[in-house]
Amino acid sequence: MALQETTLKALQELIPEVASTAPEEGLTDAPGIRATDPAKHGHHIEVLVPQDQVVATAEVMDKEGYFLESISGVDWPDQQQLEVVYDYNRLGGEHCRVMVRTRIPRDTPELATITGVFPSADWHERETYDFYGVLFQDHPNLIRILLPEDADFFPLRKDYMP
Amino acid sequence: MTVPVAPRHDETFVLNVGPQHPATHGVLRVKMTMDGEYIVKAEPVLGYIHRMHEKLAEAGSYAQFMPNTARMDYLHALAFNHGWALAVEKAAGIEVPERAEYIRVITVELNRIASHLLWWAAFLLDLGGFTPLLYAFDDREQIIDLLERITGSRLTYCYMRFGGVYNDIDDEFITGTRAFIKRLRSRWQRMYHDLVTGNIILIKRIKDIGFISQEQCRRYGATGPVARGSGINYDVRKNEAYSVYSEFDFDIPVYNECDSMARYMVRMDEVEQSLRIIEQALDKLPEGPVMAKVPKVLKPEAGYYYSAVETARGALGHRLVCTGDKNPYKLKLRSPTFCNLSLFGEVAEGMLLADALAFMGSLDLVIPEIDR
Repeated sequence: MALQETTLKALQELIPEVASTAPEEGLTDAPGIRATDPAKHGHHIEVLVPQDQVVATAEVMDKEGYFLESISGVDWPDQQQLEVVYDYNRLGGEHCRVMVRTRIPRDTPELATITGVFPSADWHERETYDFYGVLFQDHPNLIRILLPEDADFFPLRKDYMP
Repeated sequence: MTVPVAPRHDETFVLNVGPQHPATHGVLRVKMTMDGEYIVKAEPVLGYIHRMHEKLAEAGSYAQFMPNTARMDYLHALAFNHGWALAVEKAAGIEVPERAEYIRVITVELNRIASHLLWWAAFLLDLGGFTPLLYAFDDREQIIDLLERITGSRLTYCYMRFGGVYNDIDDEFITGTRAFIKRLRSRWQRMYHDLVTGNIILIKRIKDIGFISQEQCRRYGATGPVARGSGINYDVRKNEAYSVYSEFDFDIPVYNECDSMARYMVRMDEVEQSLRIIEQALDKLPEGPVMAKVPKVLKPEAGYYYSAVETARGALGHRLVCTGDKNPYKLKLRSPTFCNLSLFGEVAEGMLLADALAFMGSLDLVIPEIDR
């Protein structure tokens, strides 16, 4: 599959230090780039990047003609980490979905914003802040989006009980 | 005595549209900064019907989340049923009998037509035409009755199961669906296109208004009829063919005008394409069971899964994280209108208020699906 290969190559060039260490199956937190079986997972490429590479990855995806499909958070209280998952996809043409993940410490959940690359990230990042308390640095308008403006909790963190 | 006041263009005021406004069809609020009749800045304010379905998904088992899916996009609820069923089936590796997939496609496409008819009715109501609503609801009622017969509900369906569907379809449903197809086709040109599409008042209200470029669609992640009205040939049913869609012969309507009229035409053509799909599915409907043998408690293998379906409003995505437990560890719902609405602010800038409301109608917003 041509598109999967060119994207894989572009990502490996971007992050050569992790390009060789492909993450294992399942729930790993070791950085790496890996081609996956779309019939099983729904995405063609899985990437786990260090947190300072998130914007650079988004720029590569933008250059390759992808769009940002969604941003989701995942809470891993056992490892004291929060994870942010970026899904990239193509609008038409050859289909290829790329999942980019990054892990950040749970007590200082700071991450660079990608709103400068994809304006659609604005609302998705606000939602991730709303639910997980991830502080996207330099986000133009990081306020609550779905919860009330005076909410003082992050409901999708695993230790939140209503 | 009144003193005439010259208009000052350095002075703006804030106009709140909603959260209780008939044009928003639900509890959406748009904070608009106005210069007279022109919009300087439009900022949608969300969350008025937020119910935190994602936390509810984590709190229950995979099967317990199925009824929730219908309560997001209540106009195309079966597509949300289908999306969740496919996501879990992918994660758990469940094979679905062919007959069940055919029935899923038939019911989802019927529901898509019902959704488009209701959008059409409500959109024209926004623009001041009342009669179209009566025609559209007449036809939509036939679909709702058909679906009620086999699913047991009229709007918030919980029809799909992991591994199949809850109920088989019978001859009465098949005859009724064929009669419905014949009836809608006989009315389509005369009552929908001749009466409304060619109407000069409608054309003046929506043609060349609400311009969304292809690049804007990509930057904001717009999908569905919004993207297809901007010349983007993207439909999950074709590009990432799921279920049995690859077995049917149907076209993806694409219009290059990028305006509200283009989005209107995409939806109108999609109704005809859905009729084609249903007709072929009824012709080819295989015999067999409608449910696979599935364990009562599902524990999918640990990992990351993504599954997408095409709803009436665009691409619905499920980002599912499983840890091998009986409950989902994380479910993110990528709802299509959340992304489609995010470009509203940029496009509405500089528009007349009346045009912006017509433009908003052409986006086909369903608020519970945005707020989840």
